[in-house]
Amino acid sequence: MSNNGNIHSLVIAVLALQGAFAEHEQMLRKLGVETFEIRNRADWDKPKDGLIIPGGESTTMTRIMHDLDLWEPIKEAINNGLPVFGTCAGLIMLDSNHLGTMDITARRNAYGRQLGSFYHDGEFMGITDAKLEGDDDSSSLTPHATLPMTFIRAPYIETAGEDVEILATVDGKDVAARQGNQLVTAFHPELNDDTRIHEYFVKCIINYA
Amino acid sequence: MEDRQTLNRNLAQMLKGGVIMDVTTPEQARIAEAAGACAVMALERIPADIRAAGGVSRMSDPKMIKGIQEAVSIPVMAKCRIGHFVEAQILEAIEIDYIDESEVLSPADDVYHIDKRKFNVPFVCGAKDLGEALRRINEGATMIRTKGEPGTGDVIQAVRHMRMMQSEIRRLTSLNADELYEAAKQLRVPFDLVQYVHDNGKLPVVNFAAGGVATPADAALMMQLGAEGVFVGSGIFKSGDPVKRAQAIVKAVTNYDNPKIIAELSEDLGEAMVGINENEIELLMAERGK
Repeated sequence: MSNNGNIHSLVIAVLALQGAFAEHEQMLRKLGVETFEIRNRADWDKPKDGLIIPGGESTTMTRIMHDLDLWEPIKEAINNGLPVFGTCAGLIMLDSNHLGTMDITARRNAYGRQLGSFYHDGEFMGITDAKLEGDDDSSSLTPHATLPMTFIRAPYIETAGEDVEILATVDGKDVAARQGNQLVTAFHPELNDDTRIHEYFVKCIINYA
Repeated sequence: MEDRQTLNRNLAQMLKGGVIMDVTTPEQARIAEAAGACAVMALERIPADIRAAGGVSRMSDPKMIKGIQEAVSIPVMAKCRIGHFVEAQILEAIEIDYIDESEVLSPADDVYHIDKRKFNVPFVCGAKDLGEALRRINEGATMIRTKGEPGTGDVIQAVRHMRMMQSEIRRLTSLNADELYEAAKQLRVPFDLVQYVHDNGKLPVVNFAAGGVATPADAALMMQLGAEGVFVGSGIFKSGDPVKRAQAIVKAVTNYDNPKIIAELSEDLGEAMVGINENEIELLMAERGK
């Protein structure tokens, strides 16, 4: 990160209705970013610079968001430019069949049941590999960082609109993307020790503001 | 390369903050999913009915489980008998998302639990205390739940088990390194598991509450006592208004620390399941499989 001064004044909320929200909070704290949980409407009204929608079950989150009057305000805030990062179920929540803020359609349980869950070391466009940058031969090597990618009963992106930039592809399927203020991954960067994708999201917030 | 154990622990992490509901038909499974369940447990008879029927209780018909797998998109769990590794093989063959090696069914082996590390599919096991929890984790369980006393609608045993586990965890965190070896010996588990608990103040896997949860307040109580999510067995479909009660329990788990919201959720839920008090129980399922 080049802009350490800004990181420490950022507040990123984590939607904590169900799922692996605590893991995201841990990643943010490691980066020195302040974070709080959104469990109800009163939490939502607190000021924030960004939002993370974690992994979990999208049907559960959908139900609770509707019942606790969170659906419309979240949708409106994202449409108005609130930076958001969705992982796994969070990716599904942003697609055209759910909140519909991002021009993608997700295929749920695209790899089948738990026996289809897998780990993969994959390239993530948009993050350059620091180890290679200092190398004299770096021009001949791929500049994209290889990151740990854990897929748990994961979706992938089935269709994406013109404004959507694909950031990672595994076996021909799109598994990470960005559209303006919105970042999604079908895998779970919060489950590994590598904080680079969270740093990338923080950088997006700072650049987007 | 991450192994299956890690991926299976990861799935349990995705279930956190959620409610896993017992269902006996595809219709009930759809109701549970729509109400916000993060997973369902497919079984032929809910624990209250198993208790009432008596006799030997076994794994459910795979066809019945498959019907539920087809009905919903959330993870589907199913129970096998303690030690019955062939029932577990069958459940793996139909690609179940999680196997509950459960004391609710009649145990098939009174000495050995299933060697769960031999399987690709994940296992959740019940525990009354830290020793039981760590022994199950050592055998390969990637998720733990309290045993509670299933099918009673009485939360007292789940409370007792969760309090016991949490206090033993707190005790371990305060021990010196040399005392930890003795603790491992007393708990009958490998030293590295004891050390993990000592260093982290928690189990190395997700820990849910189960057994006797019947109201939103019960669910919130278990969460405040340290559960990371809740199983609700007979409490929903044995109550007067299953849909409303299921939705209320889901929201109570999310807002377990907010009495005002839980008060609103607790209104007009209709009849809770009747329940059996602890001293009226003839069969203590929690005493199965230690």
